[in-house]
Amino acid sequence: MAGLSLKRAAVTAGRRSLGDREGLLAPLFLLPAVIYIFALVAVPFVLAIGFSFSDVTAGDPSFDWVGLDNYRAIFDDPVFWRSLRNTFVLTGVSMVLVVVLAKALALILVADFRGKWLVRLLVLLPWTTPISLAAVAWLWMLDSIFSPIDWVLRSLGLIESNTFWLGKPDLAMASVIAVQTWRIVPLAAVIIMAGLISLPKEVDDAARVDGAGFWRKLWEITIPLMLPVIAVAALFGAILTFTDMTVVYVLTRGGPNNATQVLSSWAYFKGIEGGSLAQGAAVALFLFPLLLAAAIAILRLVRRMRVS
Amino acid sequence: MPEPRRAGNGGGPEQRKAVVIEARGLKKHFEAGGEVFAVDGVDFATREGEYLVLLGPSGCGKTTLLRMLAGLEEPTEGEILIGGHVVNGLPPRARQIAMVFQSYALYPHKTVLQNIVFPLKAEKMDKKERRAKAQWAAELLGIGDLLNRKPRHLSGGERQRVALARALVRDPSVFLLDEPLSNLDAKLRTSARNELRMFQERLGTTTIYVTHDQVEAMGLGDRIAVMYEGKVRQMGPPEEVYEHPADTFVATFLGSPPMNLVDRGDHLLGFRPESLLPAELVPGDGSRTIMSLRVSRLEYLGGERHVHGIVSGIAGETLVIARLPAGVDTRVDPGETYEFAVQERDLRFFDGATGARTDPRPVRA
Amino acid sequence: MTAIDVADSRQVERARVQAARKGTLGRVALYVMAFGAAFLAAGPFLWGIITMFKADPDLYTKANNPFIFNQAPTLKHVDFLFTGTPFTTFLWNTVWVGLLVVAITLVVSLPAAYSLARLDMPWAGPLGIAIFFVYLVPPTLLFISLSRVVVELGLQDSTWSLVLVYPTITIPVSVWLLIGFLSSIPRDIEEQAMVDGYSRVGAFVRTVIPLAFPGIVAVVVFAFTLTAHEFIYALTFVSPSAHKTISIGVPTELIRGDVFFWQSLQAAGVIVAISIAFVFNLFLGRFVSGFTQGAVKG
Repeated sequence: MAGLSLKRAAVTAGRRSLGDREGLLAPLFLLPAVIYIFALVAVPFVLAIGFSFSDVTAGDPSFDWVGLDNYRAIFDDPVFWRSLRNTFVLTGVSMVLVVVLAKALALILVADFRGKWLVRLLVLLPWTTPISLAAVAWLWMLDSIFSPIDWVLRSLGLIESNTFWLGKPDLAMASVIAVQTWRIVPLAAVIIMAGLISLPKEVDDAARVDGAGFWRKLWEITIPLMLPVIAVAALFGAILTFTDMTVVYVLTRGGPNNATQVLSSWAYFKGIEGGSLAQGAAVALFLFPLLLAAAIAILRLVRRMRVS
Repeated sequence: MPEPRRAGNGGGPEQRKAVVIEARGLKKHFEAGGEVFAVDGVDFATREGEYLVLLGPSGCGKTTLLRMLAGLEEPTEGEILIGGHVVNGLPPRARQIAMVFQSYALYPHKTVLQNIVFPLKAEKMDKKERRAKAQWAAELLGIGDLLNRKPRHLSGGERQRVALARALVRDPSVFLLDEPLSNLDAKLRTSARNELRMFQERLGTTTIYVTHDQVEAMGLGDRIAVMYEGKVRQMGPPEEVYEHPADTFVATFLGSPPMNLVDRGDHLLGFRPESLLPAELVPGDGSRTIMSLRVSRLEYLGGERHVHGIVSGIAGETLVIARLPAGVDTRVDPGETYEFAVQERDLRFFDGATGARTDPRPVRA
Repeated sequence: MTAIDVADSRQVERARVQAARKGTLGRVALYVMAFGAAFLAAGPFLWGIITMFKADPDLYTKANNPFIFNQAPTLKHVDFLFTGTPFTTFLWNTVWVGLLVVAITLVVSLPAAYSLARLDMPWAGPLGIAIFFVYLVPPTLLFISLSRVVVELGLQDSTWSLVLVYPTITIPVSVWLLIGFLSSIPRDIEEQAMVDGYSRVGAFVRTVIPLAFPGIVAVVVFAFTLTAHEFIYALTFVSPSAHKTISIGVPTELIRGDVFFWQSLQAAGVIVAISIAFVFNLFLGRFVSGFTQGAVKG
């Protein structure tokens, strides 16, 4: 390769056109992305912080400092605490479910069997469908009068009338958890599957030769080696669930009686529908610290994966 | 490596009796390739305690064959017998074989001790017994003090020994080795080759060893099975395969530089570079073939000289190589033409169409 | 699996039968799990497919078996979806917004990814991480302040606000994905092009971009999907019906007060879901490898 770099040095020495000035090109190529991000992410982010300390509303957009008033107001509001708690519960429970189900699904997806393409297509539907439309599909499944689930349960004699899936607080929460899990599992499964494929095949062969049956191989070899990937999948899923308001909005509007309200949906109701932009911004900001923690965790994991 | 202790020395349990592996009409084809047969009809039988080498270029099917013997793949056709019983359909563990992979396939998240103990967990052995056995295997291979390390902290040679210990610990009837030396530095390879062979001789376990390196094959094997395009072209002791190759593939695959082949119409005439010497050094009139060699290039390699040139007088002009050992001082200059000769008993004849060896033909024009 | 003595033919035979039995059991379990998973995943949509063809009296009778057509199926509601609702407008809006967003994303992300992957500047590493962190700032945090920005720019209630804002979601991921792809292209190829007389930019356009094609495809699919999915920005910025995208149009417009046009609703969901799934599946092979490459090099 020495000949090539020699020639290249000659070329770059000879030509000084814009197309070659790497020192200039690098930042130039980055500029559009940086400007975009700065203008439409960094600025609004700072703005959101600013709003939280102001009295801005939809009706009166003038900016006046009010110090910590907004924060006091939301801390006094039991719905806020409800939302905070719900956000954690929702994310935590669904993530545990997602990890278990996605691992099983990944194993299925890497196996070979007839009709695999069909299973793959169907299994990805929850992920590829726009969230709101998927939620609408579930809205009908869980309808308080016509739910087919209820119909089956009634036919089996297990229940008398209807289960108000979205009407009772605990059931509503369970429904939201179910829908979130349902839509995240395909994504997590794909990530885990990618990790599975990149496991060295010879290690798997050696385990077979060494006499490990299916379960032992899974527990002692596959899963320990996959832990970083599984963790990354779980964290991504957690982030997506944590910050999502669509499912709650479409399914329950946060009800019944704010039983399924989460931080992001509450921020919407307070800020946009309620008009109090300042309070909405304050509520939404509580998403950030946890996201930061999750992000750092992901980075560490990815780094560790690359090293080993 | 320290002197391995013999079985029954208080070291380990008694070794199993060496068994014979047989392949009968083995074929393997993969769906993806359509009609591509990775293994296209292989028959052989090892001897007890033999060190058999499967030799061939990449893609010849040797690894697929090994994997079928191990039970990692099922043959499309044919049978595999271990110890006289058909083992088709049996998973690897039940076949009592041990395998060492090219990359050693150590479990990266486990320590050396845990790696060696792993196969024992499948047997109903209690923890103390398992540990004792693992210890025995480790010391046999000279890695007894590495038991608490993880694979990533080991050198290539050490990893190989851990792989061997893991294989040994199961008292297998057969060892299957898939190019275990190819990941080692060239320097290490020769000494590792030596140790491996001594190791196997002491254990007396039947071993099948896959490689693409013909020097390794010649140095290690009791017998060599030369494979190409899914078939075994020839199987026999190193001398037989080298001196009496069954076809042109075997003839040119073994030996470096490869056998010279001269086209004579309906057959090919072959002779090894070391058999091609200056005429004055080849005795006898009636039993030698003389040819003119116009030298194009001379390579001086220290222990020997390789003479590249065009030969004529026995067929059309052909590029050949002559290998002159250090003791031969005859002056050879590029551009000059000399008389070279080959002893008639060193000539080999191959059919022009099939490449298979045929009976000698008259050589004089 | 315990060891057996290969010299004992009875044991060998028994082990063989056992292995075969385990094999079939395993296969059966696999099929059950696979199709069970498919059923659970697609359940709501399968049910939606049946619903969308059901006649009103059939559907709205509680005692009727919901899975069969107690009365003859009808296309009336599907027809209504396309003629009586703004559904086609929503579809069209989603498509043109999607295409524009994809274009903007590619134009911005490709050079940025190239810069970070190839032109070794010392700050490339930290900047890559910064991009990752930006990706994590969710729309649900920014939507309130962005709504003010949108109003200030005079884009309130216009679909163009979405064209402007969506790339903030797609660009970080795309840059990340593309860095992975570009890193795996050997430098020799570009250097060869430069030796052959092209400038750095020329080499980039002529050699790198064609080779990064799978990555570009992955980005296109991903960006389009993100656009079609996005909800909160669309909900916040756009209220006139004619400017809505599918994601918000369907849940808001087709649910009017307490009257749910269920059949049409389900039809909308099913049609969109299956179309996207087909396209996705077409690209899935490429996508998974793209995602893996991006994630591993990440």
